[in-house]
Amino acid sequence: MTAAAEAQPAVVRTPKEIRRARILGVVYLLLALFVLFVFARGAEGDATFGLARPTDRFLNDLQLTLPAAGVAYAVAILLAFAGTVQLIRGLGKWTNAVLAVMLIFLVFAFLAWAAAGKQFSLVGMFRTSISLGVPIALGALSGVLCERVAVINIAIEGMLLAGAFTGALVGSAVNSWIGLVAATASGVILAWVLAVLAIRYRVDQIIVGVVINIFVAGLTAFLATRIMEPNPGLNSAAVFGPIGVPLLKDIPFVGPILFDQNLFVYAMYVITAALTFGLFRTRWGLRSRAVGEHPKAADTLGVNVYRMRYLNVMMGGAVAGFGGAFFTLGSVGRFDDNMSAGRGFIGLAAMIFGRWHPVGAVAGAMVFGFADAVRIRIALLRPIPSEFLAMAPYLATIIVVAGLVGRARPPAADGQPYIKE
Amino acid sequence: MELELRGITKRFPGVLANDSVDLTVRSGEILALLGENGAGKTTLMNILYGLYSADEGEVLIDGVPQHFADPGDAIAAGIGMVHQHFMLVPVFTVTENVVLGVEPTLAAGVLNLKQARRDVFEISERYGLRVEPDALTETLPVGVQQRVEIIKVLFREAEVLVFDEPTAVLTPQEVAEFFGIVRSLRDAGKAIIFITHKLKEALEIADRISVLRRGAVVGQAIPGEMDDRALAEMMVGRPVELVVQKGDAHPGDAVLEVEDLLVVDDRAHPMVDGISFTVRSGEIVGIAGVQGNGQTELVEALTGLRPAVSGTIRIGGADMTAEDPRDIHKAGVAHVPEDRQRSGLVLKFTVAENMVLDSYHDAPYSRGIIMDWPVVDEAASRLVEEYDVRTPSIDVPLANLSGGNQQKVIVAREFGRDVRLVIASQPTRGLDVGSIEYIHERIVKERDQGVAILIVSSELDEVTALSDRILVVYRGKIVAEVRPEETTNAELGLYMAGAKQQ
Amino acid sequence: MSDRIEDPQVAGEPEGGEPEESRGRKLWADIAGFGVDWRAAVLVPVLAVFTALVVGGLIMVLSDVDILKKFGSSPLGALADAWTLVSDAYIALAKGAFGSGEAISETLVAATPLILAGLSVAIGFRAGLFNIGGQGQLIVGAMASLIVGFQFSLPSIIHIPLALIAGILAGALWGGIAGLLKARTGAHEVITTIMLNFIALFLMRWALKTDFVRVVDRMDPISKPIEVSAQLPRFFGFVDGNTLRIHLGFLVALGAAWFSYWLLFKSTVGFEFRATGFNPHAAEYAGMKVSRLFILVMAVAGAMAGLAGAGQILGVHRQVVDGFQGSIGFDAIALALLGRSHPAGVVLASILFGALVAGGRIMQARTPIPIDLILVVQALVIVFIAAPALIRAIYRVRTGEGTAQLTRGWGS
Repeated sequence: MTAAAEAQPAVVRTPKEIRRARILGVVYLLLALFVLFVFARGAEGDATFGLARPTDRFLNDLQLTLPAAGVAYAVAILLAFAGTVQLIRGLGKWTNAVLAVMLIFLVFAFLAWAAAGKQFSLVGMFRTSISLGVPIALGALSGVLCERVAVINIAIEGMLLAGAFTGALVGSAVNSWIGLVAATASGVILAWVLAVLAIRYRVDQIIVGVVINIFVAGLTAFLATRIMEPNPGLNSAAVFGPIGVPLLKDIPFVGPILFDQNLFVYAMYVITAALTFGLFRTRWGLRSRAVGEHPKAADTLGVNVYRMRYLNVMMGGAVAGFGGAFFTLGSVGRFDDNMSAGRGFIGLAAMIFGRWHPVGAVAGAMVFGFADAVRIRIALLRPIPSEFLAMAPYLATIIVVAGLVGRARPPAADGQPYIKE
Repeated sequence: MELELRGITKRFPGVLANDSVDLTVRSGEILALLGENGAGKTTLMNILYGLYSADEGEVLIDGVPQHFADPGDAIAAGIGMVHQHFMLVPVFTVTENVVLGVEPTLAAGVLNLKQARRDVFEISERYGLRVEPDALTETLPVGVQQRVEIIKVLFREAEVLVFDEPTAVLTPQEVAEFFGIVRSLRDAGKAIIFITHKLKEALEIADRISVLRRGAVVGQAIPGEMDDRALAEMMVGRPVELVVQKGDAHPGDAVLEVEDLLVVDDRAHPMVDGISFTVRSGEIVGIAGVQGNGQTELVEALTGLRPAVSGTIRIGGADMTAEDPRDIHKAGVAHVPEDRQRSGLVLKFTVAENMVLDSYHDAPYSRGIIMDWPVVDEAASRLVEEYDVRTPSIDVPLANLSGGNQQKVIVAREFGRDVRLVIASQPTRGLDVGSIEYIHERIVKERDQGVAILIVSSELDEVTALSDRILVVYRGKIVAEVRPEETTNAELGLYMAGAKQQ
Repeated sequence: MSDRIEDPQVAGEPEGGEPEESRGRKLWADIAGFGVDWRAAVLVPVLAVFTALVVGGLIMVLSDVDILKKFGSSPLGALADAWTLVSDAYIALAKGAFGSGEAISETLVAATPLILAGLSVAIGFRAGLFNIGGQGQLIVGAMASLIVGFQFSLPSIIHIPLALIAGILAGALWGGIAGLLKARTGAHEVITTIMLNFIALFLMRWALKTDFVRVVDRMDPISKPIEVSAQLPRFFGFVDGNTLRIHLGFLVALGAAWFSYWLLFKSTVGFEFRATGFNPHAAEYAGMKVSRLFILVMAVAGAMAGLAGAGQILGVHRQVVDGFQGSIGFDAIALALLGRSHPAGVVLASILFGALVAGGRIMQARTPIPIDLILVVQALVIVFIAAPALIRAIYRVRTGEGTAQLTRGWGS
């Protein structure tokens, strides 16, 4: 704790910042060229974006028709402008906001190009985005819960997978609601293992996480072959379909996207709100954050560091287990090996993207969900090799984590076990 | 109210931290617990505070034995501790830090921050501890953070206040202010235990002094009835030279020339704001100042760890401003870093490996990319012998050595080769008196051999004892250049606080 | 000068302030192999494997619906069945691993890529980096060596090294990307390498669809075979009618292990790796360029894994099929931990795991136990290794220091 030097009138930019700003400027200019040559030239005709579904109550044929090439030119110009400004003088604290906006425009130009001359349901794509983003979001929320008390949870991937498996198995054997409970419980159990090994035995948290992932991958594949294959009835659970929220779902465009989804999505809303309120407005939240930032201080004030960590990690496990059930009970109803496909790790990236804040984490997850949705929908429109589209969320994750979106500060004691003398 | 520690004994593996300690303090009195680093003072207080449990002995309040299983119990019994290293969550506000653990709540655990703010304000008014309840703790200067710690303790209605080395990071002015607060707390009826290794402070503030050495109480004193020397002798167990013996300096040519240096920190704040100075061979220049005024960044720039934004650094006449640490090292610059365990040593490496940590890449320790371990071992053995490093062998992990011996390894490594400039940051922080003596002597010896030495220290006594010239740094600028014999600590303190400029 | 003063370490309290490496930095205890405690070095791994097998056996039994049902009616009979199940499985496992010349050959064939991948992770660990990217690095290494393998026709003495080098370079590149990201942006290598794994996987799948790579008249995702001149020769290829698959790659792997040992403990580069792994801050202060080291370490690690992939293609499969990569990259993590990040340990651990894999195949073929159980056993082995305290608790064995943290959270 040092005496802070008061901010002097002229804040000098560090050489690193200058370099990063310049790189970003060049990137913008390159993207402008890309948009110009690929999207603008390659687009023929108008793109028609469907903004509503035929089954909606109001405005059910709402559409937006735009000339694909025109959109591309416009975006190219914007990118070039941003790039020039960034190169010459930098955008200071607007850098991240501009980056976000530019990326949105870029995606828009891409969509316009892909949908040129055809119809494309924008509302459908956003609906799918939210759907696909849910397991990532729940994983990210689980990460927030754990990391706020300074426990790194790499095992989210394993918890998702375990939740998927347990949900399918128990959901088929008994019923889907019990399946949900079982999935959540499986997450809690794995979280408990993580907690014991990391907190009590002080094993490196990342190792424990990786181990749990390997273990779950192996065990679920093993059990799937041993138990599910000979008994297909144990691998076909009833899926939770979408439930529309009366009134809210009828709001044009936004309604079908946000309020006509399945219970996992609604649970996500509730958990996000509860977690945000809890972390910043309650005693539990204050103590949790203290444990994550400065466990020794919390300890000297009588807060039980170990207990808070156990509690929060297990809650995180519950959320992840529940989220994993989405893959089966919220989607296809049957379990396939390794069906979580890295979503847990993407969830961690979303958490970092959201700076360890529940709302930010979910927003980040939605971005990835969007990337995934683009992949699925675009495949129908343009012959882009599906593998490259499949790479999109993973590439996006790298970009996020590489801090192009700015360095984030994790809870100060992140990853360090607390040793009480 | 009377607090008594009776026969407290505590053992750690291989160490007897507290040896049957007896201590008493009453309401309205200040007891100083005096002892050098490692004497067992903090362990004793941690037992009192419920962080450790004693192996033998007991704690009594008004004659009633107490059992503290954790800090919660101690707090409930009215004991409040202001730790040496602040226990404040940097990203919390002052209010949040004060109420953590005893938060006022509305229903269902929801925080009642309004009430909390009011309480903080009320206490700060009552005891004259000015704070801003919604300020973010990490932005506050150290002196204010300390006030937050005191408010924390008062919020929990402590009757016994324990201060652990509270003046380590304060300027002389802040110390005077702090003493005023402590006296008024005493006058308000609190019992105060003041832990320190600084004789002068104990003599100034305490009503009574208990001296701890090697875990045991070796004497009591009343200020006024005993002088520094006798007290120091009690602390260390033998007659001590409080100030290193030093002949006159015979400075030669300039070795280090710094001109208009501007260095920014990671957040682009200018920490070194246009500094110029020179260090000549055969002289010791000391940089005095409260931590956080640019000293760290200055040293980083000089050693190549942080690029300067503008200005020049010349070593031996050659421009070394933009060089990297290795080239600066090769130019004959030795660096004793501020935080030896973090920056100076690899604790898991052996003594031998640490000895060559910054020279392994050169002959004779390696040829090309192949290490020549026999040569390394031979050199390490020689240095261990020469610099009196206590270690069973050169192949043990450095973590096995005591702090003093670890520092000696660094000193051996840095001084043991041909250097012309030594930059030493906080060279004796956290060390026992014996090691401090040794290192101070070594530094003077280097100076007498013609090495230019730059010392950065927040221990004023160390700076005044060692330096031939003192430069005071405030907010990244040099505000004074004096000779130690021509100034007083009080005057230096004024410079350090920016209250005076030459 | 000063008279010799008694070192005051013994009395008083432990060094004031923060102990250990530095505030909040992690330690490398057991993993570094410090201390000549034979119990920590040998006993714990052995017990870990044993315990894992026992737990694996339990899982076998508990997942058998028939046995579980039988417990209700005749417990003793159920126990007998359980015993038969487990012992049959493990006997098949052992036979498949060591029971014949062919078995041993299979074990070593399986061990070869594991050694290299394990070295990849171990070198990373030594420098404080967590290389989970073995899968991806191995895939790109395989692809590179494949292309060199079928695109050219050269005498073996040139073709094989050329193809191997292609694999090494590709792997180094793939690993280096993660290292570069870490060095320049601080991106944590756990996430970046995992993402790169997926990207490599998709790249491979796409490549297998292109005309350049695939066999033109077939639709399945299988590549052209490499030229005969690029094939890593089998040791016993000169014997007519033999089917032993053990190939030169095994020697290459051993050579790589020796090289790793030399690199880590006898070279200046290795000294820098290890210093960075223990205390990057002090390394920086001592003049080492930690950022550049991150890149170098990840490149070397990637190179090892790339070589593993190349070896598999040139020595075993002779072409690329989606799925050839198995779970080698992940097994490698267990290996590095089991081998305590020491090249010799990695070799031994790889042979063990190779035995499990080779034996596991036989076990799957002859008994109703799928090979996925091996993954479970491996995970358990890691847990027990990484938590010696657990083994201690179970078996009351006294070992050295408790375990350590290998990583530093997301920052840094």
